[in-house]
Amino acid sequence: MKQTATTKTSYHIPVGPIHPALKEPVFFEFEIEGERIVDVDVKLGHVHRGIEWASRKRNPIQILYLAERICGICSFCHPAAFTLAVETAADIQAPERAEYLRVIQGEIERITSHVLWAGVAAHEIGFDTVLFLTWQMREKLMDLTEYLCGNRVTKGIMTIGGIRRDITEDMIPKITDTLNYLKDNFEKLRKIFLDDKTIRMRSQGVGILTKENALKLCAVGPTTRASGVKKDVRVDTSYFAYGDLDIDFITPDVLTNEVNGDVYDRIIQRLLEVKQSIGLIEQCLDTMPSGDIVVEPKIPKLLNQLKKVNGEGVGRHEAPRGEVIHYVKFDGENESPYTWKVRAPTYNNILPWIPMLKGEQIADIPIIAASTDPCMSCTNRVAIADGSKKYEMQKEELHRLSIEKTRRLMK
Amino acid sequence: MDILGLSETILRLVIGTIAVALFGIIFGLLYKGVDRKISAHMQGRIGPPIRQPFRDVRKLFTKENVVPENAIPWIFNLVPLLGLIATISILIYLPIGGFPPIMSWGGDLILILYLLMFPSLAMVIGGFSSGSPYAIVGAQREMATMIAYEFPLAIIIISLAWKLTQVGSVNVFALSTIIGTPIWNSVTGPLGFIGFAILLLALIIVTPAELSKIPFDAPEAETEIAGGLLVEYSGRNLAMFYLTDGVKTVVMASIIVVLFFPYNLSSLPMLGLEGGSYVAYIIDILFYLLKIFLVILFSVTLIRVAIARLKIDQIVYTYWVPLTLLSLVGLIFIMWDGWIMNLLGLV
Repeated sequence: MKQTATTKTSYHIPVGPIHPALKEPVFFEFEIEGERIVDVDVKLGHVHRGIEWASRKRNPIQILYLAERICGICSFCHPAAFTLAVETAADIQAPERAEYLRVIQGEIERITSHVLWAGVAAHEIGFDTVLFLTWQMREKLMDLTEYLCGNRVTKGIMTIGGIRRDITEDMIPKITDTLNYLKDNFEKLRKIFLDDKTIRMRSQGVGILTKENALKLCAVGPTTRASGVKKDVRVDTSYFAYGDLDIDFITPDVLTNEVNGDVYDRIIQRLLEVKQSIGLIEQCLDTMPSGDIVVEPKIPKLLNQLKKVNGEGVGRHEAPRGEVIHYVKFDGENESPYTWKVRAPTYNNILPWIPMLKGEQIADIPIIAASTDPCMSCTNRVAIADGSKKYEMQKEELHRLSIEKTRRLMK
Repeated sequence: MDILGLSETILRLVIGTIAVALFGIIFGLLYKGVDRKISAHMQGRIGPPIRQPFRDVRKLFTKENVVPENAIPWIFNLVPLLGLIATISILIYLPIGGFPPIMSWGGDLILILYLLMFPSLAMVIGGFSSGSPYAIVGAQREMATMIAYEFPLAIIIISLAWKLTQVGSVNVFALSTIIGTPIWNSVTGPLGFIGFAILLLALIIVTPAELSKIPFDAPEAETEIAGGLLVEYSGRNLAMFYLTDGVKTVVMASIIVVLFFPYNLSSLPMLGLEGGSYVAYIIDILFYLLKIFLVILFSVTLIRVAIARLKIDQIVYTYWVPLTLLSLVGLIFIMWDGWIMNLLGLV
């Protein structure tokens, strides 16, 4: 058959579930016209591991270590949010020193995560030299984490009613050394990311998330703050020792006097947050009171106390990627909680991908996808399977099911 | 030509071609290893051993050669070979060290430009025939990149040829003419020197695109389109493209050496060497390898560790506007060179 006229058609490109640009499995289906993205669909659920289900057979102390394994990078945030939820439910108040130590651990984790992200972002735009430079910096932080917690990744530092390891006087020089090293190298990093021409070419005006969209789609963390929304759990609510510390919202206009909500702004945002975190750790080291680090050091006694709790609690913590929420309910009979629900920040940052990606080029996909710092294994809480056949659910059905589940929990 | 002379010529051609092919492949892989080692050290890593590319090729040749279901097998399998052959055949026309080109007749710079396009075209055809959406995006990008860098490249070549006509050469595109009259010798004043330096810079910026290296590696961009053109290639075919890449690096560096630095050490009077002696050949080939190394260091290694990958529209813009203007400025400087000197009465 001879074709006489040609018509311009769009074509489909699948990105994921396994793709070099993605560090974790997520599936994008793009509709492309030439190099431009016309439409995009995101599909999730490839790394559901049934962690919440596994908690049904564990007591709260065991769940701490399970929560740590939700995400390798946020191995402090998830136990922290869980602890906050349990402490609310059981009405436990951690000692003041422990609250400061928790802030130090949380901020070290934030710096580590943001520096790691900077390297990943550089790799996505083909700038591997910066990847190795930033990961060299991260290595120092990993060493510090190992020095303070005994582990490099899963820290095992959090416990209900306090923290497991103290920072003694002789440990402080090592911390200040690392912080000074970071401050010296921060300037180098700032120069590379903010002044390098090729990085600006790749990130300015790319993947814009407007303030309206950020509010409408409930984005959290650096993603929403880079769009100019002042949302930060550390400031909005007072938990740990954040209430006593000098901390304010950070948005990119602190540095540039304008908010564009593009990838470049998200880079600025994270760099500024690294600086803020260094300041917070220094404040903690200066003002930390002395005293106990844990309310109840005997774990069987603590578990016995928790077993009698009948009630629920919500824990909110500002993870490096945004607000993480844990919900816990105890029924007063069993050692393990009646229910445990995790909402990771990436869950909120998935929908903002769609307005960010539409209208951009194929070449922008990796850096835009990476710019929200997605963490899929944190997010995947549900997988629906009917036999071996996986199927999708529509909004109405999903809504009905969530109402049913909430009712069931409220009993 | 009598029968004996003819057979001798053919024998010389065959042996010479095999020697040049081996030279291109071995040194292509060696320079690849050196490039990887140096860039690793620049990035604060240890890097793979220098012989790593040889191991990679050996491993690839033992691997299974997968042809995707919706590919066109005969094209898919043919183009890697064509690309390698075309690249090696460029080396036949280039002088290596003190040795004259094996085919010193019938080939000129224009032919080399055409042959240089061949491996890229082979990759485009291979990409389109592999039936993967990533490869198709990569093939489109490769075509756009080719269209982009050919323009400044053509300006550079034409400028050099024009200068040679000015100094009275007849066959200006022939390589023997170009080697015989090194361009720096035809410079009469500082303007001409600056003009040629600008052209050299432009050619060095064209090189990474010709070789698909960062920042102009959009056709292969592994984080975007997972290897692009090469995504469906494996085993022997991938090894062939790998070799093509290595040989092409040597070829591009040789072209820069031939155009801008065709000097040989053995002709220096202070060494007191006889032309054609073994020592002279060895010194020349070592000096030639050093020149190639320096060109690769500046045009590939340094550039690729220093900047991020560009998008395809940015690549096309870079070549069509700033780089074309740059080479035109170089051309103008060369044109004004003699004129200003005459005006000032210096010549």
